[in-house]
Amino acid sequence: MIEVKNLVKHYGSVRAVDDISFSVEKGEILGFLGPNAAGKTTTMRIITGYMPATSGTVRVAGYDVFEDSLEVKRRIGYLPETPPLYFDMRVRDYLKFVARIKGVEPKTIPVEIERVAERISITDVLDNHIGKLSKGYKQRVGFAQALLNNPPVLIFDEPTNGLDPRQIIEVREIIKSLSFDHTIILSTHILPEVSMTCNRVAIINEGKLVKIDTPDNLQTQLQGSEAVTLEVEGPIEEVQAAIQQLNQVTAITVQPSRKENVATYRVETAAGTDLRKELAATVVQNSWGLLGLKSEGLSLEDIFLRLTTKEEEVN
Amino acid sequence: MGNIWTIFKRDLKGYFSSPIAYVVIGLFLIVTGIFFYLLLSSFLQYSYAVMMQQRGGMAVNVNLMMIRPFLLNMSVIVLFVIPMITMRSFSEEKKSGTVELLLTSPLTTTQIVFGKFLATYLLYFVMVAVTFLFMVFLFIWGKPAFWPIFLGYCGILLMGGGLVALGNFISSLTENQIVAAVGTFGATMLLWVIGFAGDLSGKVLGEIFRYLSIVNHFEDFSKGVFDTSHLVYYLSLSFLMLFLTYQSIESSKWRG
Repeated sequence: MIEVKNLVKHYGSVRAVDDISFSVEKGEILGFLGPNAAGKTTTMRIITGYMPATSGTVRVAGYDVFEDSLEVKRRIGYLPETPPLYFDMRVRDYLKFVARIKGVEPKTIPVEIERVAERISITDVLDNHIGKLSKGYKQRVGFAQALLNNPPVLIFDEPTNGLDPRQIIEVREIIKSLSFDHTIILSTHILPEVSMTCNRVAIINEGKLVKIDTPDNLQTQLQGSEAVTLEVEGPIEEVQAAIQQLNQVTAITVQPSRKENVATYRVETAAGTDLRKELAATVVQNSWGLLGLKSEGLSLEDIFLRLTTKEEEVN
Repeated sequence: MGNIWTIFKRDLKGYFSSPIAYVVIGLFLIVTGIFFYLLLSSFLQYSYAVMMQQRGGMAVNVNLMMIRPFLLNMSVIVLFVIPMITMRSFSEEKKSGTVELLLTSPLTTTQIVFGKFLATYLLYFVMVAVTFLFMVFLFIWGKPAFWPIFLGYCGILLMGGGLVALGNFISSLTENQIVAAVGTFGATMLLWVIGFAGDLSGKVLGEIFRYLSIVNHFEDFSKGVFDTSHLVYYLSLSFLMLFLTYQSIESSKWRG
């Protein structure tokens, strides 16, 4: 449904998007995950035809976003980070306006507004002024606007940003309910959101696509690279050196405790290995004190941090 | 065409559902009304004096002595009012983010530019048209010549086309309405005073300056003289500004 190839976007000398390629199948929900200013919004804006790319191509439903931008725009419903609302209009008039510019058949506009309003549950505020609605309702009107003319592709930029917890849950419900008959791209910097709503996650950092996979796969892939934490009593530098010498250790982080010579070591190892026995043996051989040892998987939060933190290399 | 109409209608409703249209039109009517009153009373005093001195001598001409100065005054007053009409046009959409809706909808930039221009122009048109009521009084109690008045109003409307397009262009450059208004005001003032500069500079340069001055082109209209060169000037100014607006919207896409 959506095909992005070698997308690059410069702002002056800054590379906002740096060679991103991915594709989204029909009916999928793809989540863009990344810190602020990672290039999520820019990528979305290019897909929607709001701005052209410096190089690379985007095709939506077979149409090139640059060549056939009107055809692409007809097939995308877009909710930007700040919902594009005219505060001095009533909700119904606003939706009428959007329906017109999106090319909904004039005769069917009232029906279309009813359909969308029911789906997003804003029927009761249709005659209110947009400026007087609560933040949650404003966001809903933003969703309603994107759904007009029933586009097959929906793009939501940070749809839960700035909402209170109850509203966030409501918005997630809306997105889930839309996933049955739409292809969706959404962006967020909140991790649990991705695993809750998306089929696939694209982790973006500094304009680059770091990883794209299902949330489960991301989790198991990195869970394979088992992390073990152990608490050892012994000279910290020596302990660290000894652990480092073990096979398949990829990273160690040390957290000294208040007691002298006691520290917690977090040891990460390559996929599919369990180093607990070797670690224990090493500690005992050097006659240090082993105070604790436990194996742990990486949460999506860790993955995100690992993938988007500069100092650490993943692979 | 349908899309231009949709944008035009929404913008126009926006102007008339907020105080801005009423404030601008009201202000304009007050200022032009004051000038009308002053010109009319001095004209009446003068014609009364003439009547007393020369029994049935040469007639005084209301078109020449009263309406023409009034139209010339109005052509300057609109320079001050137009920035207030056009400042919202694009700036507001940029500020509130609704420009993102327009640019991701299946609309062409041309449709957006024309729709918005026409909405601001209609507001201007209504504002100028209301002052025609003053003329109606003259027709009720006097016998002014109709065609010079008609041509004068055509001139005001044509000049306004260029200035409203200019205001739209400047509004498309910024998301700050105040900046848009001040910028437009500066530009219109420049187009006005450049005529004075024309009188002070050398022959060739003076001619160029006088040609560029937007108010100079109105003088013939105010006399009731129609000259196509003025029509060409106003229309070219309008289209140039609309073209620049189009370019500014297109290039803002590239800049982000």
